[in-house]
Amino acid sequence: MSAHEVADVAVIGGGPAGLAAAAEAKAAGASRVLLLERDDRVGGILNQQVHDGFGTKVFGEALTGPEYAAIYEDRVNDRDVETWLKTHVIDVTKDRLITVHSDKGLRTIEAGSVVLSMGCRERTRGAIGTAGTRPSGVFTAGAVQNYMNVRNLAVGRKVVILGSGDIGLIMARRLKLEGAEVVCVAEILPQPSGIAGNMVRCLEDFDIPLFLSTTVVEIHGKSRVTGVTLAEVGPKMGEKKGTRRFVECDTLLLSVGLIPENELTNKIGIITNPLTTGAIVDDSFRTSVPGIFSCGNVLQVHDVVDYATLESEKAGIAAAIWATTGKLPDADIKVTAGEGLRYVLPATISGTDSVDFTMRSWKEDHNRAIIFKSGGEEVRRLRMPHMEPAGMIRVRLGKGRFRRIVNNELTVEVGD
Amino acid sequence: MSDKFDVAIIGGGVVGCAISRELSRYQLSVAVLERAGDVARGTSGKNSGVVHTGINVPTGSRKAALNVAGARIFEDYCKDLDVPFDRVGKVIVALEEDQTADLESLMARGVANGVPDLEIIDSSTLKRMEPNISGAAALNVPTAAIACPYSLNIALAESSAEAGVEYMLNSPVTAISGDEGDFQITIPGGTVNAALIVNSAGLFSDKIARMVGITRWRIWPCRGEYVILDKRVGGLINSMVYPVPPKGGAGLGVHITPTTDGNILLGPSADYTNDADDVRTTAKIRRQLLKEASEFLPGLSPRDVITAYSGMRPKLVPSKVGGFGDFVIEEVSEQPGMMNLIGIESPGLTASPAIADEVSDWVREKIPAKKNSNFKGKWTAVDRVRDEPPEKIDALISEDPAYGEIICRCEMVTRKEIVDSINNGLEATSLNAIKYRSRATMGRCQGGFCGPRIIDLLIENGHSPESLTLTGGDSWLFLGSVEDLRKGKIPAVVEATN
Repeated sequence: MSAHEVADVAVIGGGPAGLAAAAEAKAAGASRVLLLERDDRVGGILNQQVHDGFGTKVFGEALTGPEYAAIYEDRVNDRDVETWLKTHVIDVTKDRLITVHSDKGLRTIEAGSVVLSMGCRERTRGAIGTAGTRPSGVFTAGAVQNYMNVRNLAVGRKVVILGSGDIGLIMARRLKLEGAEVVCVAEILPQPSGIAGNMVRCLEDFDIPLFLSTTVVEIHGKSRVTGVTLAEVGPKMGEKKGTRRFVECDTLLLSVGLIPENELTNKIGIITNPLTTGAIVDDSFRTSVPGIFSCGNVLQVHDVVDYATLESEKAGIAAAIWATTGKLPDADIKVTAGEGLRYVLPATISGTDSVDFTMRSWKEDHNRAIIFKSGGEEVRRLRMPHMEPAGMIRVRLGKGRFRRIVNNELTVEVGD
Repeated sequence: MSDKFDVAIIGGGVVGCAISRELSRYQLSVAVLERAGDVARGTSGKNSGVVHTGINVPTGSRKAALNVAGARIFEDYCKDLDVPFDRVGKVIVALEEDQTADLESLMARGVANGVPDLEIIDSSTLKRMEPNISGAAALNVPTAAIACPYSLNIALAESSAEAGVEYMLNSPVTAISGDEGDFQITIPGGTVNAALIVNSAGLFSDKIARMVGITRWRIWPCRGEYVILDKRVGGLINSMVYPVPPKGGAGLGVHITPTTDGNILLGPSADYTNDADDVRTTAKIRRQLLKEASEFLPGLSPRDVITAYSGMRPKLVPSKVGGFGDFVIEEVSEQPGMMNLIGIESPGLTASPAIADEVSDWVREKIPAKKNSNFKGKWTAVDRVRDEPPEKIDALISEDPAYGEIICRCEMVTRKEIVDSINNGLEATSLNAIKYRSRATMGRCQGGFCGPRIIDLLIENGHSPESLTLTGGDSWLFLGSVEDLRKGKIPAVVEATN
């Protein structure tokens, strides 16, 4: 190995989460902060998201992806965070020894704290098992967003979109605006996967039909896609007989889910939650391995970047405190996702400061409440006019309520 | 094209390319005509990658002789060509006691065919060798091995191209006229003249034979679907795990095969089809493969699957007849000067070096030739960074910083490896040509991240976006710029009917 470096905080991944964590780690007193990014620029997926709507929670105005990224890029530069571009992390040990691969050779970094902010990737055709031929013209929505917005390349003119994830919806609108025919969006679930606002802004406003409980059962074409066969599915996702129909198209876009990039997390041996596939963390975003923190989409897939930023800022501050003092409050209060919730984060809290809990519901519902309970008694109740699996729910539990927590246990559930 | 070649090889599969390598040892002018945009696009690129020992083929058949001969030299063959090879061994597992008689008859045939070191092992020995596999007993075949089939095919082609063989891709043969010593072969945009023809067209070898009036053979395409499992479950098995072959079936049964890259393959199925190009995958077979593999490996999940693909066997015996069809390697009276290789299915990969020797002898008897000084016994593929120890990686990076830039992170492929793959000796520039040479896009994200970066590198290396394809031919990736789309200038996609 050619070189060995030492840092207070090393942040892995320079997307919105890593940028926010690195900037705040530096501001919180870490003297050397390294931001490790494999691409040739920071910003991650924001760089290709030219539509607006970013920053409404943090800045109170709607910015484009690159505008939002630029603010945080300036911030890490102003605060003298060291950014290593085209730098690929190939290993991290439990003792926080990081090995990176770049054109400077292999280097090791001994880090006081490590922040994991690797983001997520798109689920592919292979992963969902779409049958049929293997022609050109099957793309993930994010890849098409990159080809169109960054590289000015058109992938097709007659498009079917499978999956109603937010990127798919955004791309439906983008393709239509640029003159492509968007034949339809097919969604295997009985409800949309994207947030409600995008259904209106991207589909309804552009007269793009959405077929629910419908999927692509076969891809046609030998060289290039010539069409797909759609079919309806029943409640258990089984294909309904007699509902097959052929739809002509030259392109199939997949927007069928995001997978947190936890390969490194798992390699380190960090304990993860099977429902999020991300690390189990406390209210300082500490993982099960001391000194290693996790935030952003690698921790849980966010639908609003602002919340990923806020979460990561806290992780960055905690990482700096741990690196410089070796101390963070113990998180002894166990948090459980109860009735109606798929998961709730963090898994444990310290009870020292207010906590922003994030969670997702199992199903769409109206006029219900998020209820925090401890020892069978209600700690907090928040009315929810609308909830859907596609929309992350974020609820603050103020530290003024902590005196109601007993037996170091807290349950969060959906109730009336 | 006005050149006249001594030999035209029709078909750039592993057999055609092995023959081209053998012939490149001599001062012969050789052309390989391949219909697809790259070599290894048919049967040769999509199979289990197994180097068979010869236990599965009838004693005394051409398959048995060529299989055993090929297996004997295969390891050195791969070493010379820098192709991944691993003698992982094979266990043929009897799930129930009543299948042990089948193991004994398999073993007897293996012994008769000259396969060494066979033994029947009990369930506890099996458990020790394969802790995750349960069975009543097994036939242990320690000399069975795996190799990377498309890497071998590509290495054979590129090494012979370097030694002077002319590779013509995207060149489907549409007609053949003339006679021995003076053949005219029609391809799109021209005619190739050759003294001798080798018909190694695999799935289309019957059609090529028919072009010169030989009608005695018919190929029955038989599709085999596979699923590939993520490397994270690659450690579940140590060797190949086969069932007892189903009676009267078209294949060896669904087996669990490690790949030289650390993935696991499940498959293949066996479905006859009329269309040799119909390499579709189906939801039904995908489920069935997982189910059958789960009998040996409980706990496999659909989430472990990266993707599915199909290969196609060129069978000489139709489904309703069944039974064994031997390799045909023959020059026949209807057309002297043409060597026909028909029905080269499994164990064709293993047999390919031995077949190539035989065809090379046939050619040189007709056209005696001196040694070619440009032929190199050893050929090396581009250095694969992922296989190297840290000191070597550092050395590579200081030699060329392009080794320091990882483009495909799932498979750890650097910019250097991708650029070298783009500039390959066959001028195969499709995305899949790069994939099969470098492994980029083969991992769990299937090109989601590195796809756009590979496109950039293709453009930087002189290829226009509109010329880029997935697999050559009409498999265009981009139909124009975003402005073209806006102005309605994007052409409609027309599917070729042939």
